[in-house]
Amino acid sequence: MSSYQLSYLEELESESIFVLREVASQFERPMLLFSGGKDSTVLAWMSKKAFAPAPIPYPLVHIDTGHNFPEAIEFRDNLIRLLGVRLIVGSVQESIDTGRVVEEKGPYASRNVLQTVTLLDTIEKHKFDACIGGARRDEEKARAKERFFSHRDGFGQWDPKNQRPELWNIFNGKKAQGEHFRVFPLSNWTEMDVWNYILHEKIELPSLYFSHYRKCFYRDGTLLAWSEFMTLKEGEKPEMMRVRCRTVGDMTCTGVTISNATALEDVIKEIALSRTTERGTRFDDKRSDTAMEDRKKEGYF
Amino acid sequence: MELLRFTTAGSVDDGKSTLIGRLLYDTKQLFDDTIETVERISKQKGLSHLDLALITDGLKAEREQGITIDVAYRYFNTPKRKFIIADTPGHVQYTRNMVTGASTANLALVLIDARNGVVEQTKRHSFIASLLHIPHLVLCINKMDLVNYSEDIFNRIVEEYETFAAKFEIVDIHFIPISARNGDNIVDRSANMPWYKGPTLMYLLENIHIGSDQNLTDCRFPVQYIVRPHSEKEHDFRGYAGRIRGGVFRTGDRVIILPTEFFTTIKEINWSGTTVKEAFPPMSVTMQLGDDIDISRGDMIVRENNVPKISQEIDAMICWLNPKKLLVNGRYIIRHTTREAKCFLKEIVYKIDINTLHRNTDDKEIAMNDIARIRLKSAIPLFYDPYRRNRITGSFILVDEFTNETVGAGMINQ
Repeated sequence: MSSYQLSYLEELESESIFVLREVASQFERPMLLFSGGKDSTVLAWMSKKAFAPAPIPYPLVHIDTGHNFPEAIEFRDNLIRLLGVRLIVGSVQESIDTGRVVEEKGPYASRNVLQTVTLLDTIEKHKFDACIGGARRDEEKARAKERFFSHRDGFGQWDPKNQRPELWNIFNGKKAQGEHFRVFPLSNWTEMDVWNYILHEKIELPSLYFSHYRKCFYRDGTLLAWSEFMTLKEGEKPEMMRVRCRTVGDMTCTGVTISNATALEDVIKEIALSRTTERGTRFDDKRSDTAMEDRKKEGYF
Repeated sequence: MELLRFTTAGSVDDGKSTLIGRLLYDTKQLFDDTIETVERISKQKGLSHLDLALITDGLKAEREQGITIDVAYRYFNTPKRKFIIADTPGHVQYTRNMVTGASTANLALVLIDARNGVVEQTKRHSFIASLLHIPHLVLCINKMDLVNYSEDIFNRIVEEYETFAAKFEIVDIHFIPISARNGDNIVDRSANMPWYKGPTLMYLLENIHIGSDQNLTDCRFPVQYIVRPHSEKEHDFRGYAGRIRGGVFRTGDRVIILPTEFFTTIKEINWSGTTVKEAFPPMSVTMQLGDDIDISRGDMIVRENNVPKISQEIDAMICWLNPKKLLVNGRYIIRHTTREAKCFLKEIVYKIDINTLHRNTDDKEIAMNDIARIRLKSAIPLFYDPYRRNRITGSFILVDEFTNETVGAGMINQ
């Protein structure tokens, strides 16, 4: 402390807390998009710090595909209690039932893409004007150019070629009626930064991130967790394996890694040594080279 | 481990993307799947070596045009530091992106093609680095392999650069002869240039002293958010949240609140979940004060014997960011620290030709990417320091009242 120099994690946290407070100041109806994954969990805990001793001034919103790991839902409900914050659930099943979206078919079917419609409907229903998300710029090349305050038009769309310049630490959240912002306080964090922060802050994560036994199978070289919602292709045989999830998303598109790591320190060690990118195990990104860019333009997270 | 933010500026052909690719590759930041993709595409293009520039490949539109059109942020770390690179396109029509990338940087990397020496682009990039007051500038004389690693050529470029850089206010300049493609003097010392005795680029990035880049003298705390729990337990709690933008605040300090000019003391400082005795930039803290005073977002807490300038008249350099031209007598919204006000543009004093640095007082048409000196008047007083003294309390943006777009980036002169 005597040298008046923050460590990189302290500086990143201060930057993210500044962004969270800026959201609470500039918007009337903000919310935090909560997936049950490590990034949105970190944001939830950081929100608690940012406004302490007052409660978090925005609800957590979960876009529920209906294809969740039960562990993730249990974790979510417990966290809501711990933080004393309101939860709002947007249901993809409801979007399907009311004919807003049509469910995909076949072995590659996933509700991941359908989430965009449910998300935009939820935003409109509750008149949210800012959605805080856990996306980071290091995740994917389309995200590398994302702003902290990312403007969305009346259709929820992102225009990567016409983004507002973002200078110094001045964030411009001005918008017209019906438009909204996506805000990414973890923009400057890398996957390892998030893990190191979780370790440092002793943040509890869903058990899915740690080694456990589950039925898995290989598809196109990726190890996937099996679930009853998936259609197997010929030759695909789920087998019991000891694995952990590297990201936690919809059950139909989340990859897993063979692992014995049960302690956070061991998980971090494995991740530091691993040689594939975090999203390398995500099936939704493998659809095409520009899968993320295309989905983001439509209004995806 | 510290955090160093740097920006890179260069044109299409001077090897900027290759240099960034090289830094990521040599520090082993790349995953197997990324390297495989780069190998596959390099082969498709019929190259015998890895095209490291492919690593920083961006949006679809950029790949189609073969250029970078926006600031891209990259991350890597070594055991000593975490680095954030703001990778910006260098062409004149992207000045605004360069300014954006430079606004948060501690250090600027400017590339010079050893075959061409100091060109207009180099001057422009250096001018922007100096305008944005980036504390450290590193000139990478690249493609040394294409000039036979000649010491003479390197020395000539250094000399030429120093002559024209004398005009700029850049405190700390370094020159390194490199070959991004072959990795000379990037991470490892080059065997091809035994005459070069200075540090490698990586050594410099890891060791350059950044501790004094923050202003630790003038205490500035713009109030960002008021924390009021309204609960039984914390009924009387009133906290002022924000980020320290200058100086060191300590518990017990006598402070003055702007604009009301009430005096009080700091009762408690909370940072990252704990109580601390002192707070300095860039900490995000919550302060409790000794007296109940009406304070709102946009107010500023400072030390009584060191107050910023308080005025509605602003004299500033501005970089214009929008296709819609800057209008004299135009009305804009100014955002400065956590304060926001209407303002109008009184005068365009001169436009700067960013290639010759000539001050043009005749042509006052300010279009996108132009840099000009302006005077404006805000509807309420702003509390500011010269940009040279404090990059946060000395900077602002202008927002268009009708489109809500960020149209100008300003740096206050005095």
